[in-house]
Amino acid sequence: MTADRSGDGEVPAGDDRVSLAVWKFASCDGCQLTLLDCEDELLAVADRFRFAHFLEASSAVDDGPFDVSLVEGSITTADDVSRIHDIRERSAVLVTIGACANAGGVQALRNLADVDVDELRSIVYPSPELISTLASSTPIADHVEVDLELPGCPIDRNQLLEVLAAFLAGRAPNLPTTSVCVECKARDLVCVAVAGAEPCLGPVTRSGCGALCPSVGRGCYGCFGPAEAANTSSLVERLRGDGVDDGRLTRLLHTFNAWAPGFRDQPVAVADPTRSGR
Amino acid sequence: MPSTSSPGDDPAPGDRASTIVPASELDRLIQVLRRQGRTVIGPTLGDGAIVNDIVESADELPWGWTDEQAPGRYRVGRLPTSEAFGFANPTQSFKRHLHPPRTVLFAASRDHGGGSAEVPVTIAAAESAPPALALVGVRSCDLAALARLDAALTPRTGSRATRSWGDGAGATPTANVDGGPLRALEPFVVAVSCSRPGQTCFCASMGTGPTPGTGYDLALTELVDGGPHEFLVEAATDAGRAVAAELLGRPAGAVDHGRAAAMADRAAAAMGRRLDPDDPPAAGRHLDHPRWRDVGDRCLACANCTLVCPTCFCGATEDVTGFDGEPDLERTERHLVWDSCFGSSFSALNGNPVRASTADRYRHWLLHKLVTWHDQFGTSGCVGCGRCITWCPVGIDLTEEVAALARPTTGVAS
Ligand code: SF4
Ligand code: SF4
Ligand code: SF4
Repeated sequence: MTADRSGDGEVPAGDDRVSLAVWKFASCDGCQLTLLDCEDELLAVADRFRFAHFLEASSAVDDGPFDVSLVEGSITTADDVSRIHDIRERSAVLVTIGACANAGGVQALRNLADVDVDELRSIVYPSPELISTLASSTPIADHVEVDLELPGCPIDRNQLLEVLAAFLAGRAPNLPTTSVCVECKARDLVCVAVAGAEPCLGPVTRSGCGALCPSVGRGCYGCFGPAEAANTSSLVERLRGDGVDDGRLTRLLHTFNAWAPGFRDQPVAVADPTRSGR
Repeated sequence: MPSTSSPGDDPAPGDRASTIVPASELDRLIQVLRRQGRTVIGPTLGDGAIVNDIVESADELPWGWTDEQAPGRYRVGRLPTSEAFGFANPTQSFKRHLHPPRTVLFAASRDHGGGSAEVPVTIAAAESAPPALALVGVRSCDLAALARLDAALTPRTGSRATRSWGDGAGATPTANVDGGPLRALEPFVVAVSCSRPGQTCFCASMGTGPTPGTGYDLALTELVDGGPHEFLVEAATDAGRAVAAELLGRPAGAVDHGRAAAMADRAAAAMGRRLDPDDPPAAGRHLDHPRWRDVGDRCLACANCTLVCPTCFCGATEDVTGFDGEPDLERTERHLVWDSCFGSSFSALNGNPVRASTADRYRHWLLHKLVTWHDQFGTSGCVGCGRCITWCPVGIDLTEEVAALARPTTGVAS
């Protein structure tokens, strides 16, 4: 039993709702809060799903097993590793939500940097001996089988509702893996990369956000992670040709999905928080 | 096309009722169309680009604005003159207004009354009637594209589409029937000759411009040759003649037609690109050309080219259920959404794409557009608008690719 199983929740007799659990690993809680952000639909969701373990909503939790688990955050401690296996065992369907759970999150920058975790720990924390951490931040799928990955930093509430609705209907969710450009063009937005001078990761980033950043005149930050068949090196070459220097390219690619295959293998300099050069 | 005339009755150019009107009459034109209950779609200045959108008065047209287009690059700029149509073409064609990115095809509801084992399902067609449209400022490339898109979307019974919406390409329609689903929407079409084609334009080499072919109600030529700022208005249908009769002007004479013809010649010569008609079939014979892999290495598979293309018609269906509406969530809608041959799901069979690599997908796109479209629909799938070149984030240029692919030993990037 882990600490998460010490709850006082009970399944009310005759409650045939789908049991839903929400779990947190190394993360900011923004993705799971997306569920509470479904304000207009929240009551309809609660009619069909019982929040069996959702600490952002209620301290009443039960032990499972769970029909659906939503898992937020990346694996960064030894305890995380055992906890995710335990959750997998108790979950019929496991859906990871967000860039941390899918790709290691911004905290996976340490996987890329040539830096000693003990050194980092002593720089950041006043009492480093209290902190126990792994040398890397890794996606959930590196540890257990994942049924579905919902992308984003944070995830999109409509995509979350789509997954829950699809689960109820017993159908595959409509979650396109094509580029953000597809949504941009469907919305008839003017391309900020071609008609402006904004570096935009949209062509190599997975759709699902509704082209949020281009809709406000900003280039895509890649928060949904690589699109299928992301050809990031060709885009990087184009951006270099436009005069975007390596420092800016690094900052562009080394964010929420820095460790995602498709972004992490780009030959741009890696920012090192402790050293001036490598 | 209007409902008041059959598509076959376009008179020869010399017979067309033609008028010269001052530029100020453009607003009257828009108001006449609005009074017919039509939503007028035309060019207007959007977020740093000339876009097609709803226009309510001629003030909203991009007077004095032009565009600069190059592979992967677009900028707007000011003209020394105050032309309404002094640009090459808007960011997107009229495709999205007649064939939107998402359409509800039908809805199915389950009725749980009585609790019997057989649950009745009610299927209802999408009820909303599309608005009556007037398309203003349709370039000849986009005019030809409307006909080709309509043909592609027409359900076919034989081996070849039946087509009727006029096609500026001069291709021979195989039958003169009522047209496809787009023509059935009966938009009123105001075409405009091009005066300032862009660097990515090549309609002259595709036989689709720069002057409108057939399939319009009214054609405008903006006379900006140093003389008075006027429009030559040519009506091709009864509906067009009725609208033209409301405009204040004078009958056009031979001098006016001469001015328009001279402008068309200048525009044809000003196109930044051309496509050699012999190149596509040659490229289609070189299926193992190393250039395919080379372009596959550059292509992002982002799908911009297909989405901005005025003839790309592919769609996918999505079954959508939700939380709002019916308490039992028992209402399903089937949506038709734009799709692209650059996505992996497009050619997926048993979960795996037939065209696995981006190079395969680019080859499929280019050869369908330029070669196999002829077999399928009797025309090219390309009208030379140049949008796929301009709006490709890495500036891939199909005219350059097809020229390289047509030659087995040259043009291969190392
Ligand atoms: S703005 Fe970005 S996402 Fe949108 S079409 Fe351009 S490159 Fe693609
Ligand atoms: S293939 Fe390119 S140039 Fe040809 S019609 Fe389509 S977008 Fe225009
Ligand atoms: S050719 Fe250009 S626009 Fe088309 S998919 Fe490739 S990169 Fe995107």
